[in-house]
Amino acid sequence: MRMRVKHEISYRYSEPAKAAVQKLLVTPRNCNSQRVIAWRIEVDRDSRLRQVEDALGNIMHSFTVDGPFESLTTLVEGEVETFDTAGVVSGTIERFPLELFLRETPLTASNEQIRDFAKSACAGEAATLDRLHAVMAALHERMQLNRDATQEIECADVAFDKQAGHPLDLAHIYIACARALDIPARYISGYVARQDGSEARVEAHAWAEAFVAGLGWVGFDSSRKMSPDDSYVRVAVGLDHLGAAPVRAARTGGGDESMDIQLHVAMARAQSQN
Amino acid sequence: MEFSRVQFDEMKGTGGLTRPPYQKLSNWLAETPQDFLSSRRAQAELLFRRIGITFAVYGSKEATERLIPFDLLPRILSRTEWSVLEKGLVQRVRALNLFLADLYGPGEILKADVVPSELVYRNPAYRPEMAGRRTPHDVYVQIAGIDIVRTDDENFYVLEDNARTPSGVSYMLENREVMMRLFPDLFAMHQVAPIENYPDRLLATLRSVAPRNANHDPTIVLLTPGQYNSAFYEHSFLADKLGVELVEGRDLFVRDDVVYMRTTEGPRRVDVIYRRIDDDFLDPLVFRPDSALGVAGLMGAYYAGNVTLANAVGAGVADDKATYTYIPDAIRFYLGEEPILKNVPTWRCREKEALSYVLGHLDELVVKEVNGSGGYGMLVGPHATRAQIEEFEKKLTERPDNFIAQPTLALSTCPISVAQGLAPRHVDLRPFVLQGAKDICVVPGGLTRVAMTEKSLVVNSSQGGGTKDTWVVDDAPG
Repeated sequence: MRMRVKHEISYRYSEPAKAAVQKLLVTPRNCNSQRVIAWRIEVDRDSRLRQVEDALGNIMHSFTVDGPFESLTTLVEGEVETFDTAGVVSGTIERFPLELFLRETPLTASNEQIRDFAKSACAGEAATLDRLHAVMAALHERMQLNRDATQEIECADVAFDKQAGHPLDLAHIYIACARALDIPARYISGYVARQDGSEARVEAHAWAEAFVAGLGWVGFDSSRKMSPDDSYVRVAVGLDHLGAAPVRAARTGGGDESMDIQLHVAMARAQSQN
Repeated sequence: MEFSRVQFDEMKGTGGLTRPPYQKLSNWLAETPQDFLSSRRAQAELLFRRIGITFAVYGSKEATERLIPFDLLPRILSRTEWSVLEKGLVQRVRALNLFLADLYGPGEILKADVVPSELVYRNPAYRPEMAGRRTPHDVYVQIAGIDIVRTDDENFYVLEDNARTPSGVSYMLENREVMMRLFPDLFAMHQVAPIENYPDRLLATLRSVAPRNANHDPTIVLLTPGQYNSAFYEHSFLADKLGVELVEGRDLFVRDDVVYMRTTEGPRRVDVIYRRIDDDFLDPLVFRPDSALGVAGLMGAYYAGNVTLANAVGAGVADDKATYTYIPDAIRFYLGEEPILKNVPTWRCREKEALSYVLGHLDELVVKEVNGSGGYGMLVGPHATRAQIEEFEKKLTERPDNFIAQPTLALSTCPISVAQGLAPRHVDLRPFVLQGAKDICVVPGGLTRVAMTEKSLVVNSSQGGGTKDTWVVDDAPG
């Protein structure tokens, strides 16, 4: 599938801001499931956009802007060709041993309930891949999906308890379950194209990858109960949302101004090539 | 390994005969009336109140700021004893720095299976953000505090490495200043190695590790979490002694990967940050997003090599209690030398056999949480209640890899001055080691912490421990 993604991240301030700094993980890399054809980032204020690679191999951009300014928009735009690999990911940059992905982070820490849930969900399965699918199905069953992006990010155990959450909460819980089963797991942020009636839409999305010996990293999206196919664009990888969040921003100066975050993602064109 | 149960006193040894380093002090005490010491004790309290040394104790219902109890009698080490300690400390801190450069670089020690890699990668103090990046001059631990205990005439053990933001050096300096005012005659009788140059050495160390692109007179600041931090007094004290600005996160900002300080004359570029805030709070764009203590974009400047953080981000993986058990191996691995300072024998509860031993001997052992600090989350078996032991039994079974256990060492005692005369109390020692771009130095002595309560083994100031001045004295001739 060939997708054009246009992603506008706008901040509005009720009072002029003095300065802002942003760290972006919004640039996909090539791997077996996708080929990036074109990609660009544009900031609507004077700034120097710097690109580095972060420790996990994500392409990271950062910039600082001097005020005063009342709004700040970062435009991310590009085109990518995606392939269905049944969720199996290869051709990625891997610098760390698997142990790193067994590590708990505050957002993905499991508690007794999560550990019990994970164990009983896959009790009937022996093979790692089957266990992972079983946990995905059980989690999908348990959790009510809430797509409100403005909702605060919660720790896995809190969202698990509420039985409801955003796709990123489900990804966190899934990671907590996998790590509780001693299976390395990680967080992926990206985009997904969805058919909404007759219209195709693209949304910012999050899912998990778990490591299966013999296969490698495999994607699991419990919010849609499926492994990523060619409707997914894989952008950044992290131990949790904090490590892979598309935008992390801060303002310096200013008083008590309120901040209005608008996350708008649009799909310009989506069609099958074949 | 068996430990002698005989109590070693640093003044009286095991047999009651005064040991040579304490001979002059002992004679002096014999001739000094008790009221003189009592009046000096009152003076000392007054001096400390005037200076304003306080320490905030978390979770205490009383006033949040307290004076740290101070004992009048110096803890004395002979030059010969100190020379060995000093060599051992230099060796250890060199190895800690090489270890960190390796863990965030090629990882040779993991490839050689000397240290289990899961211990590193699953450790929250290991920062993947630092992997593959080099720190200015490859120094990670510019300021180390190595906690040492003594069990007899010969043996010193490293109890814990502190490679993050070790505190206590202000007490070391203030204790000396107060002692010199109270007992000039004692100083006249002893050749006490000076420590007053510590701030100069620290400043030289911080200057030496400035980024290579900094100008020859680098701007150094001390970054504090603010006045509510338990060690705020020390932060302001040190900034003052160093002659550098004491700043909070909001006083700094980053523009295009360069750190600036807001000053009345406009922004001023900052080259070295002696930071006394934890990794987690340094940069809300990389670590905890809710942190208001740090500086947004700081890590970008750090990656770009435009600023030095002392100590380096991620240094904590080397001082973690689980990693601690491998430091002697790291010394052999990197330096090809036998460790001069021993570790306290430690059971790694992550290992099955060790765990079952520990569970069977909880009433004899000290059990520590690997990520805990300051005496919190610790079980001192011989002094624990049945309920406390049961609580740790449960914790250990649930998360064995979270704990280590050590024998309760017969820690040396040192006399303190009380209303009735002298009383032995357990002590430890935290020497401060400074690693610059080229040089490494240890100020003679360090901070002696003393458990003020009889028989107590906990010397942490957060748990009611006190301090003493620490003297390194030249050995008596002949």
